[in-house]
Amino acid sequence: MNIWIAIAVTAVGCYAVKLIGLLVPAGALERPVVKRLAALLPVALLAALTAQQTFADGQALVLDAKAAGLAAAALALLLRAPFLLVVGVAVVVTAAVRAMTG
Amino acid sequence: MAEHTASPPADITGTGDGGASTPESPAKSDRAVVRDALGVGVAVGLSGFASGVTSAGSGLSLLQTCALSLLVFTGASQFALVGAFAAGGNPLTAAAGAFFLGVRNAFYGLRLSQLLALPRAVRPFAAQWVIDETTAVSLAQPTRRGARIGFAVTGLTLYVLWNLTTLLGAMGADAIGDTDAWGLDAAGPAVFLALLAPMLRTTTERAVAGIAVVLGLGLLPLLPAGVPVLVAALAAPLVLCVEGYRSGRTGGGAGRTGEAGSNGQRHSAEAEKEDR
Repeated sequence: MNIWIAIAVTAVGCYAVKLIGLLVPAGALERPVVKRLAALLPVALLAALTAQQTFADGQALVLDAKAAGLAAAALALLLRAPFLLVVGVAVVVTAAVRAMTG
Repeated sequence: MAEHTASPPADITGTGDGGASTPESPAKSDRAVVRDALGVGVAVGLSGFASGVTSAGSGLSLLQTCALSLLVFTGASQFALVGAFAAGGNPLTAAAGAFFLGVRNAFYGLRLSQLLALPRAVRPFAAQWVIDETTAVSLAQPTRRGARIGFAVTGLTLYVLWNLTTLLGAMGADAIGDTDAWGLDAAGPAVFLALLAPMLRTTTERAVAGIAVVLGLGLLPLLPAGVPVLVAALAAPLVLCVEGYRSGRTGGGAGRTGEAGSNGQRHSAEAEKEDR
């Protein structure tokens, strides 16, 4: 039930912000500070989420096969690999390291 | 700004170099627009598979997983919500993190509303497709007609494929059982990293990301699940304040300097308070 509530809240919230952008008069959100903040907010959230989902197990910090997978994904990104390949490399390397280390 | 918000998604699809983000001649044919739009729509649409697998692997039912892709339809928010569930987070903090990631779509909508000039009655229906990829393709078109075609084709392709691959991914995850053994728990963070990488262009973005990582990991053992990510989001206003303070000092704007400085202190004080 809790999951459904969260899905509903997220769905309504995400749809609302999409619609607001289309409906508000041009210029209302065009202040430079607001735009800078809107561009930087995803950077902060994505960085924190990447780090947590790589190094966290519940509330404990761990270093496991996922770290190797993400390192490989970072390398793929540096080599300008396409999106799907980056994700694929992370999955394969994580699985391989996990299989080797038991 | 338009370039800034639009180019990361174009880059991550792998078409950023020669595809959708390069405006060709002003008389770009409709077919060329459709081709660009299909390229982006298919490439990103297929990654819905990762979304379905991750969601099912995090314990969501098939119906919940599909509802997410149908109703939320903005990838980063979906992965954030699902990841928060997997970590045992409170549903409302999980939803808050996903919501804040979706806020950027409002700014895409703002650009698109000028560009597409949609009738008011159509806007509620077009809104669900206002995401990274449709914005990137639309902004890359030299004409309004091209932008409208690009938006519609990218939106439709992505929406259909993303939901189909989500369904297949969720069913596949159920069939293979332990998704962790296949390394599929690395798909979520890898998606985030791939979305993040093209945004890290200047020192400002890198500083925000660095502080967010430190806050997100440092506070993880101390605060309830889901909350550290929200605190880490404060890295954005914090760095903006420091930046404003610096440019205020070098630029000689005395009034702004004081304001930015006190804001910066307030934010770091808040972060310290959360730390305890």
